Amino acid sequence: MDDRTFDISQIKVPAIPSKSFGTGVIALLIVGGLLSTFYQIQPEEVGIVLRFGRYVRTTEPGLRAKLPLLETVIKVPVQRQLKHEFGFRTVEAGTRSRFSERQFADEAVMLTGDLNVAVVEWIVQYRVSEPENYLFKVRNLDDTFRAMNEAIMREVVGDRTVTEVLTVGRQDIETRVQQQLQVLAGQYEMGITVEQVVLQDVNPPDPVKPSWDEVNQAQQQRDRLINEARAEYNAIIPRARGEAEQAILQAEGYALDRVNRAEGDAARFSSVYEAYRQAPDVTRRRLYLETMQRVLPKVGGKLFLAEDANGVVPLFSLDTLRQTVGSSAPIPGGDR
Amino acid sequence: MNPKTVTQLFGLVLILVVLSSATYQVHETNQVIITQFGQPIGDAKTEPGLHFKVPFIQKTNYFEKRFLEWDGSPNQVPTKDKRFIWVDTYARWRIVDPLRFFERLRDERGAQSRLDDILDGETRNSVARYDLIELVRSNNRNPDDVLVESEEEAAILEGIEMGRGQIAAEILATSAQRTADFGIELLDLRLKRINYVEEVQQDVFARMIAERQRIAEEFRSEGEGEAARIAGERDLELLRIQSEAYRAAEELRGVADGAATAVYGDAYNSDPDFYAFTKSMETYEETMDSTTMFILGTDNELLKYLEQPR
Repeated sequence: MDDRTFDISQIKVPAIPSKSFGTGVIALLIVGGLLSTFYQIQPEEVGIVLRFGRYVRTTEPGLRAKLPLLETVIKVPVQRQLKHEFGFRTVEAGTRSRFSERQFADEAVMLTGDLNVAVVEWIVQYRVSEPENYLFKVRNLDDTFRAMNEAIMREVVGDRTVTEVLTVGRQDIETRVQQQLQVLAGQYEMGITVEQVVLQDVNPPDPVKPSWDEVNQAQQQRDRLINEARAEYNAIIPRARGEAEQAILQAEGYALDRVNRAEGDAARFSSVYEAYRQAPDVTRRRLYLETMQRVLPKVGGKLFLAEDANGVVPLFSLDTLRQTVGSSAPIPGGDR
Repeated sequence: MNPKTVTQLFGLVLILVVLSSATYQVHETNQVIITQFGQPIGDAKTEPGLHFKVPFIQKTNYFEKRFLEWDGSPNQVPTKDKRFIWVDTYARWRIVDPLRFFERLRDERGAQSRLDDILDGETRNSVARYDLIELVRSNNRNPDDVLVESEEEAAILEGIEMGRGQIAAEILATSAQRTADFGIELLDLRLKRINYVEEVQQDVFARMIAERQRIAEEFRSEGEGEAARIAGERDLELLRIQSEAYRAAEELRGVADGAATAVYGDAYNSDPDFYAFTKSMETYEETMDSTTMFILGTDNELLKYLEQPR
């Protein structure tokens, strides 16, 4: 491709026949010849050499030579990863990429298998693996490749529901499209290897989007309600369990208390009874009198009646009697 | 500049001109037909490299040897189930018989317009014969693999007979018959884009929105239902815990009361009368206080000495 200089210098030969100029022309011829003989192949490229338009050899990176005039070289970047974008274009590559989507929406809008609509953006990364096929088998390879991409992506998406496309099916779609693209690229003898298909933004169409968000919201709302109910459950039930245990322990305490006391009472009674049996009559009297001794001083009103004085009783008004008891005046003969 | 040199130079230029007219290059991507006064001479030269011809009177006509693209323009077509859609197809073709191609179509421009006629027409014919689902889908889905979240998605389970690929193959087959005569080989035809026309699209969107709202409602109601169930479970659990505790506690108390009663019975049974006596004494002591009114006869054990010391 770079052997133009030679032609020009050759045409100029008959113009001015001067000896010194002739030397100059010869020098130009030599330089031109060298330039059209040697060429450089960059590390990521290979050179395809054509002689009279016929492919003769492939050259590896480095400084290479060819026949001037007769041979031309086409450089193909076989190591470079090439990329196509669908549904958007990266306007400004680099650390922060900016994307424009508007005018490429047609590429991304497609029908899903349940006859709904999804907007699928993706990129495809590929490499030239057979440079001869890449150069000589397909005209407008890029356009062809883009058309293939669109057709296959729609074919794969056309077998899936809109939910699958938007959520769980992404990975599956990527690998299937990649495989089918590779097969088709082979059929078309394009000489490229499809390395990766990566789905970018996959969305429901704009007018439908809010309702999809609403579903997400509703889902979160559902989870929140359930979590709140669980929280309330957890706030109440463990406390109730503790309280139940407390009630049972208290009952156990009561039982212990009751039995111990009964046994204590019984033991005391038995001991007293043992002693009592030794002298029942006198002990009984003693117990009675001692009790009276303790009880009577505490009692507020006392009325002692002789055996034959029963007739007097109705004359007393109980109320008066109470009042008398209430007043602090001691009754002669009474113990207060 | 002397005349001899001029003559020599003139001769050189003449030779170069003749040579360049007598030779031609066939590139890897080309094939060439030689014409003489417009008449094709011999077969097409498809072998790349340097070739010779009769200078000046024979002309070279270059044709592509590579696969060529044909990109259809979107067609608005109704499907068999009366849905209006845009169908956009692409095809690959190549010139296999340049001589015939040259005779029939002259050049690529002619070929493209014939392909437009044939492929667009066949596409319309085929699309109109099938339901939309047949054009969108390629395979039948196994109902076990696919999660159908809503009614609108149930269409995924509808069976198809042909599918996108086979319909495209059918279009290709019928078109290929019609293009064979032009020295053209049609290699592949695919449905590139299928989209609803605007009005249909609005309906589809409305349906999608309604469906999503239904699903959202379902989620909300599911949440409320589940929360209510958990609340019920909570109430049940609470009552169960409390009543079980009550039962256990009362059982314990009952057993203890029984045991105590047995112990008392055992002890007091040895002399019920003495028990009654001692218990009465205790009770007197506990119950009598300053508000108690006591009326005692002197025949009482305690007071009998009050009147009669002896």
